[in-house]
Amino acid sequence: MFEKLGLALGAVVVGVLGAVALFWLLNKACELLPKKWELRLKPYALLLPAYAAIGVFLLYPAVETIASSFRRGRNGRLLEFVGLDNYVRLFNDPRFINTLINNVLWIIVAPAAIVAFGLLVAVLVDKLKPMAEKSAKSIIFLPMAISMVGASAIWNLVYAWRPGGSSQVGLLNAIIVGLGGSPQTWLQIDAFRFNTFLLMVVYVWTQVGYSMVLLSAALKGVPEDTIEAGRIDGASEGAIFWRIILPQAWPTVITVFITVLIGVMKLFDIVYAMTNGNYNTNVLGNAFYAALFRNGDPGTASAIVVILIIAIIPVLVYQVRQFRLQEANS
Amino acid sequence: MTVAAPPKKVKVKRGEESARSVGSGKFLWLIESAVVILCLLWLIPTIGLFLTSLRPRSEANNSGWWNVFANPTQITIENYGEVLTTGATPFGVAFINSLTVAIPATIIPILIAAFAAYVFTFMEFPGRDVLFIVIVGLLVVPNSVSFVPLSIIFQQMGINGQFATVWLAHTGFGMPLAVYILRNYMASLPKSVVESAEIDGASHWQTFWRLIIPMSTPALASFAIFQFLWVWNDLLVALIFLGQGDNAVLTIALAGLLGTRGENWHLLTAGAFITMILPLVVFFALQRYFVRGLTSGAVKG
Repeated sequence: MFEKLGLALGAVVVGVLGAVALFWLLNKACELLPKKWELRLKPYALLLPAYAAIGVFLLYPAVETIASSFRRGRNGRLLEFVGLDNYVRLFNDPRFINTLINNVLWIIVAPAAIVAFGLLVAVLVDKLKPMAEKSAKSIIFLPMAISMVGASAIWNLVYAWRPGGSSQVGLLNAIIVGLGGSPQTWLQIDAFRFNTFLLMVVYVWTQVGYSMVLLSAALKGVPEDTIEAGRIDGASEGAIFWRIILPQAWPTVITVFITVLIGVMKLFDIVYAMTNGNYNTNVLGNAFYAALFRNGDPGTASAIVVILIIAIIPVLVYQVRQFRLQEANS
Repeated sequence: MTVAAPPKKVKVKRGEESARSVGSGKFLWLIESAVVILCLLWLIPTIGLFLTSLRPRSEANNSGWWNVFANPTQITIENYGEVLTTGATPFGVAFINSLTVAIPATIIPILIAAFAAYVFTFMEFPGRDVLFIVIVGLLVVPNSVSFVPLSIIFQQMGINGQFATVWLAHTGFGMPLAVYILRNYMASLPKSVVESAEIDGASHWQTFWRLIIPMSTPALASFAIFQFLWVWNDLLVALIFLGQGDNAVLTIALAGLLGTRGENWHLLTAGAFITMILPLVVFFALQRYFVRGLTSGAVKG
């Protein structure tokens, strides 16, 4: 068992020393060149390892994935070129359309809920004494450290169901029974996609801390004199928050929203661990995994990823534009 | 918790009687109760899990964890012993596997990224902006773009299920974020330090090792914590490249227990808590760096 740790430490030593040696060699190789060429080539030489890693593990596979989405997949292998077949089949499959609807629902509800909750908590704790503020923030932030699978275990226990008449293990059903109701199999209730909302509760629970920390920092960064000016002009507390504080913190609100949005789009763990996509709760991330491993169909799996990438492109364009604006201003 | 204020903003310290607190005085009790309720909502599910993990099998599976308060003598740590040593993937083995995956996957990318960040910050060359925009764009691209081809390639090479696959994959996947965080930090360092080193005849190689690396320690720490937690908590990459079996990590072992649910709450809860211990320790010990990593724009694709 512990030889594995030895292996890990070996990998660290080899990895780090290997990297140092590689950089030393690249640097030396450049120094052997005439001065003019050395200066010209050195930046590229020192960037090479990072871009090699990105190229091999992200860029090349991304191109390959797009190509694979046009091929038939069976038994874990990619076979002949079939054009748009994989896509046509996906969009004619009502279960996949259902999956897409779930994703859209997640995208509409979860990021907005996380930003709103984070903002609420940030505003509330700001009014407390420093010690109380610190403790409250730590508690809300805590789930950020826990894995999504761990959070799924925690909430599975909250949603747990046992038949009526027996003592309930899950908190939610215990409360329902205590109020005189009958226990529900919560994660199987797909009317109005109620169970998808219950999964969102888990995700919101894990992410509000992140949103709260960033928004709290942004709110505290709003200059005091702008607020003072509003107060002198006789603005109400509400008006001061909505018209003066929030607009100045708005760039952070957008940053948090985008970050959470990206997380929601590639959601996998919670759905895989809590319902495995059953009872109408499937999302693209889980559909991808099922296509690749349960159905052994890398063609369809690739097509699902391409659909995901297309959905993410607007976010990507926005991210790059934001970055350019930021750089231009600094 | 200390919250790192966003860069370039002056943090205004407000006293009790400062402008912003005015008017909230009479509602303070209302705000306090709202915060207490929120904190309870956030804490109770985790406390419930922890208390269940300390209850004997029959109790854990037949009554709610709140009953532990009526009968506190029942508390046992037997579940932990059982889940650590038995089952399809004993959590003891999975814990070692998780460490084996996370340590190299955290450390190896740092140096490579630090060099790239140095080049982007302190060297001028054609194509610099375009190359950096590739990094910014990749921050939002999900890792799943590379799973199909990589799993096929690893299969052909016969290294599927080996730790080396996840070390390499996480090095690639973590690279855009690492370069981005480190470059943002280095850009905030005073340019004059590097310029005067240059005048003194220091090469880039010397400046990098003697000046920039020591000055960048906080950013290196933020990235390391962030990457460690990310790799430790990751399920998808581990499922695809390691899968079930001898090299399964904690998240896979826990997901396996979740799948077989049934009457195993005592094991499931103990197992879940084992997966959380290390992240919680890292989180509490190094919260400051973790938060700084987040505020410096830690978006992970």
